[in-house]
Amino acid sequence: MTALVLAPHGTSPADRLKDAAAVAFIALLLGIPMIGLLTVDQGGALRVATRWPTLFAFVAICFTGRLILRLAIDRLRAAKQARERSDVELAAADRTASPWLTWIGWAALGVALALPMVFSENRYVVDTATTVLIYVMLGWGLNVVVGLAGLLDLGYVAFYAVGAYTYGLLSTQFGWGFWQALPVAGAIAASFGILLGWPTLRLRGDYLAIVTLGFGEIIRIILVNWTELSGGPNGIASIARPSFFGLPFKPPGDEATFASFFGLEYSTNHRIVFLYYLILALALLTNLFVSRMRTLPIGRAWEAIREDEIACKAMGINARNVKLSAFAIGAMLGGFAGVFFAARQGFISPESFTFNESAIILAIVVLGGMGSQLGVVLASLVLVLLPELGRDFAEYRMLLFGAAMILIMVWKPGGILSHREPTLRYRANGGRR
Amino acid sequence: MMLQLSGVHAHYGAIHALHGVDLAVQVGEVVTLIGANGAGKSTLMMTLFGQPRASSGRIVFDGEDITALPTHEIARRGIALVPEGRRIFPRMTVIENLQMGAVLGEESNFDVDLKRMYALFPILEERSTQRAGTLSGGEQQMLAIARALMSRPQLLLLDEPSLGLAPLYIKKIFQIVRELNREHGMTILLVEQNAHHALRVAHRGYVLQHGQIVLSGSGRELLANPEVHAAYLEGGHAAAARPAA
Repeated sequence: MTALVLAPHGTSPADRLKDAAAVAFIALLLGIPMIGLLTVDQGGALRVATRWPTLFAFVAICFTGRLILRLAIDRLRAAKQARERSDVELAAADRTASPWLTWIGWAALGVALALPMVFSENRYVVDTATTVLIYVMLGWGLNVVVGLAGLLDLGYVAFYAVGAYTYGLLSTQFGWGFWQALPVAGAIAASFGILLGWPTLRLRGDYLAIVTLGFGEIIRIILVNWTELSGGPNGIASIARPSFFGLPFKPPGDEATFASFFGLEYSTNHRIVFLYYLILALALLTNLFVSRMRTLPIGRAWEAIREDEIACKAMGINARNVKLSAFAIGAMLGGFAGVFFAARQGFISPESFTFNESAIILAIVVLGGMGSQLGVVLASLVLVLLPELGRDFAEYRMLLFGAAMILIMVWKPGGILSHREPTLRYRANGGRR
Repeated sequence: MMLQLSGVHAHYGAIHALHGVDLAVQVGEVVTLIGANGAGKSTLMMTLFGQPRASSGRIVFDGEDITALPTHEIARRGIALVPEGRRIFPRMTVIENLQMGAVLGEESNFDVDLKRMYALFPILEERSTQRAGTLSGGEQQMLAIARALMSRPQLLLLDEPSLGLAPLYIKKIFQIVRELNREHGMTILLVEQNAHHALRVAHRGYVLQHGQIVLSGSGRELLANPEVHAAYLEGGHAAAARPAA
């Protein structure tokens, strides 16, 4: 089937009919044993019953579905080719950034700032927005490794886990607070990044992906099995929640709380909103940090390594250090996100750090457009909100999710925003900016 | 002596690619290395850069043994490479490519060097904010040369700069090689398949065959040498050689 989907094809109606007929034929072959025949229990004996009408309905659905899919893909492709032709003309001219992207960025920031005020009573909206922001932050962190340095990392969730468990342990064992633990967890996650980066320095592409995938699983399996340290599958519970500059979010009691200090009526929403602004601030700091790094020599070296490693070495760049720094910084940002995750949930277990998470974060980076900061935001919105919106579709929501991902890739193979912002521009008078 | 190779052997896994190469480049010279496809020209160039590392023999640059140094350290000694196939950074802009070339240099030199490159290659100024991958082959080759020069090297290595270029650009590239050497005093080691053009611009030349130097001499001598003529100038380049000579 996959081969059929990917095979080169004609675009005339006759070709599409032929293609759909071929798919229908395969559906028929597969459908006879799987749908056409049914074993039924008849008075203690198994009988084979037939369901030909159902089978034919199935084949018909495959036929028309394929026809529609083919048609849609051809349409999209034609539209894309038309666009690319105009793109080439654009490329010949000066390629400055389109101003509307900047506007979208500012508008998104405005919406993000206003959201908890508008929905202050709606816990679900703020909670979901917090989840989106966690993925935005993870996406920005992974973007350093995958988007900028071009190192395909399928085990990014490991650093998220390291950050979360570092805070979980420091909090429950030593009574550390959120802000104390944050830099420590970041540093530990970064050293795990180097630990992963060191043996994989010579690997690229698929080979690197396999090793990083294994690394992610190793960390998770250690967390499951090292019961004395991590609590095993039971995880770590009652992790301290972050406080507002020392003021806890608690029902009124003896000590000063956030609500009593500001003379507010106690509400559980205070913490939800505070957590939201906290992750927003962390994510914005991440964005500033990564954007700044990109314009520094080290950031440009990341991109150059992605483009051509040998040329980079011939420029006198130490490829080892450049790659390790990308791994370390990406891991550190993932670690920060992990600390926030642990603080928000108050409970962590290895189940939150499965390969599925790595895959979603990677999907965010790829769908967003490798290296694009704003693209990560848009992709996080799509990938977190779609399954949420899809709750009404019950067990079909993952189907919806997959279909959306395929459509984005057909429509925009470079990601939602594949535009790359240059890091340096020269003005006509020779001044640099 | 700026660069001296003595008895250099190199292997690609089990394949013995260089069999004891001796080669020297003096300050201010253009030296060319010619040979057929697969003779080991590019291997020699990359061995100089430590990829693969020479399995025996010595490479001395500016009085220092660089045989065992890692690639980026060799580059830091003042050797710049224009690699075969150009290897520009396609998704970065032209100016970012030039910045990468200047990554080792002083920040304060950048503006001056950039102006110099724009004077040498006016097309790059026109294209400065364009993605390097959208340039034509000839423009990319100029970008690759400019990028290498941005590090203010003492020795410039050019690996097959005319490969796959239109005749007009080939002429232009060799003009630039001549200009860099004659007017700016740049020492250049040029690896070429296009023997005719290369020998005309070079002070001296070496002929590499099956990983060994089989002939060497001044550019003029090699051009006139009947063996060289038969092996490298007849055939594909004969037509181009006659009217120009």
